[in-house]
Amino acid sequence: MSRPMITIDGNEAAAYSAYRLNEVIAIYPITPSSPMGELSDAWSSTDQPNLWGTVPQVVEMQSEGGASGAVHGALQAGALTTTFTSSQGLLLMIPNMFKIAGELTSAVIHVAARSVAAHALSIFGDHSDVMAARSTGFGMLASNNNQEIMDFALISQAATLEARIPFMHFFDGFRSSHEVTKVCPLTDDEMRSILDEDLIRAHRERALTPDRPVIRGTAQNPDVFFQAREAINPFYAACPDIVQNKMDEFAKNVGREYKLFQYHGAPDAERVILIMGSGAETVEDTVNHLNQNGEKVGVLKIRLYRPFSVKHFVEALPPTVKTLGVLDRTKEPGGTGEPVYQDIVTALTEASNDGLIERNRVPRVVGGRYGLSSKEFTPAMVKAVFDNLAAEKPKNHFTVGINDDVTHTSLEYDESFSIEPDDVVRAMFYGLGSDGTVGANKNSVKIIGEDTDNYAQGYFVYDSKKAGAVTISHLRFGPNPVRSPYLISSANFIACHQFNFIDKFDLLKEAVPGATFLLNSAFGPDEVWDHLPRSLQQEMIDNKIQFYVIDGYHVAREAGMGNRINTVMQVCFFALAKVLPKDEAIAAIKAAIEKTYGKKGESVVMKNFEAVDSALANLFEVKVPDQVSSAREKPPVVPNSAPDFVKLMTGPILAGQGDRLPVSAMPVDGTFPTGTTQWEKRMIAQEIPVWDPQWCIQCAKCAMVCPHAAIRIKAYDPSALEGAPEEFLSWDWKGKEFPGMKMTIQTAPEDCTGCGLCVEICPAKNKKETRLKAINMTPLPEVLEEEKTNYDFFLEIPEMDRREVKPETIKGSQIFQPLFEYSGACAGCGETPYIKLMTQLFGDRSIVANATGCSSIYGGNLPTTPYSQDKNGRGPAWSNSLFEDNAEFGLGFRLSIDQQKVQANHLLERLRSEVGDTLADEILKADQSDEVGIHDQRERVAALKEKLSHLDRPEAKHLLTIADYLVKKSVWIVGGDGWAYDIGYGGLDHVLASGRNVNILVLDTEVYSNTGGQSSKSTPRAAVAKFAAGGKATGKKDLGMMAMAYGNVYVAQIAMGASDTQTVKSFIEAEHHDGPSLIIAYSHCIAHGIDMSRGMTSQKNAVMCGHWPLYRYDPSRAEQGDNPLVLDSRDPKISMAEYAYGETRYKMLVKSHPKEAEKLMEQAQADATSRWQRYKNLAAITTNGHGENEN
Amino acid sequence: MDLRTKYLGLELKSPLVPSAAAPLSRDLDRVRALEDAGASAIVMFSLFEEQITNEEAELDYYLTRSTHSYGEAITYFPDLEEYNLGPFEYLEHLANVKDAVDVPVIGSLNGVSMGGWTEYAVSMEQAGADALEVNLYFIPADPRITSAEVEANYIEVLQDIRSRVKIPIAMKLNPYFSSLFDMANRMEAAGANGLVLFNRFYQPDIDLENLEVKPSLTLSSPYESRLPLRWTAILHGRIGMNIAITTGIHDGESAIKALMVGADVTMMCSELLRKGTARLGEVEQEMRQWMEEHEYDSVEMMKGSMSQRSCSEPAAFERANYMKTIQSYDRYPTV
Repeated sequence: MSRPMITIDGNEAAAYSAYRLNEVIAIYPITPSSPMGELSDAWSSTDQPNLWGTVPQVVEMQSEGGASGAVHGALQAGALTTTFTSSQGLLLMIPNMFKIAGELTSAVIHVAARSVAAHALSIFGDHSDVMAARSTGFGMLASNNNQEIMDFALISQAATLEARIPFMHFFDGFRSSHEVTKVCPLTDDEMRSILDEDLIRAHRERALTPDRPVIRGTAQNPDVFFQAREAINPFYAACPDIVQNKMDEFAKNVGREYKLFQYHGAPDAERVILIMGSGAETVEDTVNHLNQNGEKVGVLKIRLYRPFSVKHFVEALPPTVKTLGVLDRTKEPGGTGEPVYQDIVTALTEASNDGLIERNRVPRVVGGRYGLSSKEFTPAMVKAVFDNLAAEKPKNHFTVGINDDVTHTSLEYDESFSIEPDDVVRAMFYGLGSDGTVGANKNSVKIIGEDTDNYAQGYFVYDSKKAGAVTISHLRFGPNPVRSPYLISSANFIACHQFNFIDKFDLLKEAVPGATFLLNSAFGPDEVWDHLPRSLQQEMIDNKIQFYVIDGYHVAREAGMGNRINTVMQVCFFALAKVLPKDEAIAAIKAAIEKTYGKKGESVVMKNFEAVDSALANLFEVKVPDQVSSAREKPPVVPNSAPDFVKLMTGPILAGQGDRLPVSAMPVDGTFPTGTTQWEKRMIAQEIPVWDPQWCIQCAKCAMVCPHAAIRIKAYDPSALEGAPEEFLSWDWKGKEFPGMKMTIQTAPEDCTGCGLCVEICPAKNKKETRLKAINMTPLPEVLEEEKTNYDFFLEIPEMDRREVKPETIKGSQIFQPLFEYSGACAGCGETPYIKLMTQLFGDRSIVANATGCSSIYGGNLPTTPYSQDKNGRGPAWSNSLFEDNAEFGLGFRLSIDQQKVQANHLLERLRSEVGDTLADEILKADQSDEVGIHDQRERVAALKEKLSHLDRPEAKHLLTIADYLVKKSVWIVGGDGWAYDIGYGGLDHVLASGRNVNILVLDTEVYSNTGGQSSKSTPRAAVAKFAAGGKATGKKDLGMMAMAYGNVYVAQIAMGASDTQTVKSFIEAEHHDGPSLIIAYSHCIAHGIDMSRGMTSQKNAVMCGHWPLYRYDPSRAEQGDNPLVLDSRDPKISMAEYAYGETRYKMLVKSHPKEAEKLMEQAQADATSRWQRYKNLAAITTNGHGENEN
Repeated sequence: MDLRTKYLGLELKSPLVPSAAAPLSRDLDRVRALEDAGASAIVMFSLFEEQITNEEAELDYYLTRSTHSYGEAITYFPDLEEYNLGPFEYLEHLANVKDAVDVPVIGSLNGVSMGGWTEYAVSMEQAGADALEVNLYFIPADPRITSAEVEANYIEVLQDIRSRVKIPIAMKLNPYFSSLFDMANRMEAAGANGLVLFNRFYQPDIDLENLEVKPSLTLSSPYESRLPLRWTAILHGRIGMNIAITTGIHDGESAIKALMVGADVTMMCSELLRKGTARLGEVEQEMRQWMEEHEYDSVEMMKGSMSQRSCSEPAAFERANYMKTIQSYDRYPTV
């Protein structure tokens, strides 16, 4: 190899160039582009210079709108400036993009292209975002692979300086942004070679400066605006040639050649596919294959999409083309076609009209859609497109990759068609996030990509669940560049790192005959066969699979690695796949370990080395018998008792067959039934809590803190025990509330994640054996069957009549049925107990507006969702609009509900005579302040509806549809601190100021959790977060104090782990407050780097040190002449440091920058002290009974 | 009056040294104050084997946990360039202490097993430590471990460290060996230059309210000096190593007793924690006063004068006090 190569993903390739080429970088996290900002921030925080020797300023903004504003400003003031974004983020930038382009400002922004949310949000890749921004005037340059991403980031920068047109450089989200491949890094000299310093100076000279004052951004009138808009035309006309010239210069200096429209294939091709993005790689590979097999086809890759150059397009098109298939990775409903298709039709018409192409040579254009939301786009699909182009009457506006059985747009394709070359090792790995499989595979790609002449590719499919997340890695290695941006469908190596996956996945579906199958198994080579399901045995026999086992967990634990089996399994992969000689492989693995873990200490490295050294001795080949001998089949994915929708829609998705669901199976408007997590039995816990009633004090704290509603409490009449399973536990209710009743605390064994929060919070000790409590973690296999039976019975026990329960107590709140259950949140999540509590207290009449983030993912990500229903079919109605607009979205709920209630009241008045005065008055004057009132009102409304159903007046029919609004509805606006403190703050503030009756729950993890731990304005001083790698230097925003300033807003700051009673009280008061309420809930988080089972202790410490004072500000107290603010926590008992240094987010700064950490911790202590004192002082103000202060 | 003494080959201006258990050495200003108060050497607080390995494992665990699991959050923390793990902070502090004071500085290394941690002895030597105090605090709770294995472990660790460093080594021992004398001899043979008698283990306490076992630290009482006094008296003059007594030194008299049974230095902790660093100067003053009153010119004169070899009742150190009490009764018959 003449030059060193690196293996990186697309995001890093983009950031590599962008960082070196800019001076100011304004960022905001959004998947899948966040890593570009994170890398830039990390490099900046370690003083890595750009091309001009200075360290770029990286600044995190409050939203993408803010980032684009900062970019615009920095550009106007002369700095070379960039940003990174995706999807809705790009949409928020559009207004500034119009400005930046309209002012002919040289700039490049880098976009990991992602679906724009429509019927549903999707984090995956397509071009709907960049296409939505195509009218802004930005140039659009598409990269198809990681090398191009690095190269085009440079070429676009060089071009924009000359063309003055800003560029949107984009590549496919996830498929390119997260795929790891081998790249030849650009040197600084290569970068400089195509940058013109005079043009950079010219850019600076156009800057706003008082030394050469001009005005820009004027307002113009009808007389000149139009002409001024047309004045930019020459720049757009010149731009394509400028870009091509830069590409040519690049080719001359660097050696890689690019064209605006790059044709590849038979020079005399009659069928050509035109495409941009990673899919072009697939088409190119397929074209090669088809042409080798006698076809004459080609691919025309669009690199520069805007400004669109008809001339360059026509020049690149082979004259022989008869049919041109144009593939768009986006959908424009209602249009005459998708954007690229429309451009091509227009371009060919114009070219023909202008004589650039002879009229009789204008090819037929056929448009189609592919790959929305990272839908697979494979050679088989490419072949189907070419086959369609060969048809006498090709299907136009087709789709490929799905089965559209409704409007029949889809092309059929032969799934077995594969072009994978024999010299490529194709390996698949099924693992858990927690076992480190992906990390090890990334290392393997690095080893092979950087230490050998081989090319390597790694792509990783992640779960949407956070607890028990499954990962599937797809790795390719071979002697030639790997151009296969699609999942492996014919694998010659498959590893399953979790034994229980044999019952969950069709592991050998992709295996080629003779493939190697490595299974992590506690069963040795002589016994494992008997533990496999029949279907797996049959596949192994039929496909002559080479079968190996290793007890990876045993080896890892012996080496002190705990559950991290990654290193052990990696060694086995190298040994079996034979990509490298054994000794070389082991040396390379050890070198990679040293590099990866070296900075975390010698002992960590040594443990990994030990795992490497002992792995192969524990790897055994299993002789595959000739006959299937297993007595069992794989269990069904969902039980037969599940509703049809779950069986027909959810079941296939859970089984990994979602791609096969046809269009007709889909809800047309994104509406789904709630309560589907109950059908997905994941069994991810290793241990679950088991109740020991004789020691239980029945405090219900275990149920209160359970993040997954997997431990529940019921009180019931003893007669309910009839038919109870023998092992079902029951005890006399100890409190005074329900004399003579029985109670049970029961775990849902298949839904529990084994987090241990319940056991940690349990205050009751087993007096005979004090290591035990009233609930104790017990290995799942020991109790699974028994507890399944018990839980089934438990669920059948009738729920307590809500009127009988005192909601303000912990026990009372936990007697209520949770209507949020078994979510995909992290094990030990600190947010979900609050949501669950809200659904227990108000769920049967609540409607939830949920900001995008963790809570929208575990709350609403398919395949199953956790908001559920009670036996009456009532429960939370839930929706997610956007990240930035959630407060407004929820306010809309309120406005609509109130309006419909007004309408219902109005209609009821008009129907008074038919309905009857008594019922009408009772309904209209009903007290609905408690469960009795709600219940009675429901009864009245039911009676009303019964009467209405017999009336034939239009008003009656109208009232019948809206009568349920006469029962009080509870509007909840839920989101994290990223939303409430940053991107959605403006809206939140406005909603607070509206005075309307909404309840806002801020799940405050003090960091952007869902996108991987970026700093928000809630992040406390001294904590390390992404975008605050040196420790956050500014204090936490006091959102509660800001809300209190309105005076009429109910504000509570709570932390369940510090005071569960204050938490319950706050929810009830907030909901009761007839106006805006804000609850700020401390939510411990995996991004804090804490033992999650002790999350409630972290909460308690946060309160005890004064960092998180507990308080309730209730405007109704002021109305009664009292101080509205009540402080619910005591004077700090521990220091900020004592709290903070129990968490990695603070401690890591001590380890990395001890002096800075010390300084920041001193300031953080001062923050906590002054905050505490401020609240104490405010709460101490006494009033004279007229709301006037006395001291 | 000559308070000078020799310990681990170091010339000390007095036998009064703050012990490793004292967290006083964590702060540079307090270290200087100790020197000002008359400390003749500084024994650093201990660097613990478990601290090093646990810290590394913990950081690795929390920075790695849940990474590469979920598409939107491949990681949860920024990838910082480097971490000052292991003994880095300790060594930096040791070097600072060395710079801050003129008296010798003794590094202190605590561990329970053979392993890479002994390498840190070398780091301490390189950071400027004049000597090392090695504390093996192994509690043999595993029924499969024999007494012989426990003893062999001590010797192996010592040999390992001895082979790595040139500076003197003192072994801080617990008092629970079946034959302390034999162990002392074996340690001497393995290259130890001194013994520190004794390590006081944190003894667990029971929290009755919460039904929990809690490690508790109680400060020593003067009475507790009796055990090291006994063993120092027995060993003095019979082994070639220096001896430091580190339990129950609370005033001038207890320090003098320690010297008289044969200690070369006395190490103080609890008293300094209770009364502050200046107390060290007071103890020195008390010593001087006693010596003056009793006409001792130097520490060397009194050193070992009450050891088993030198005292008038050598058997007293070998028999339990019970015997002496009986004899007392005999001495004063009432019938």
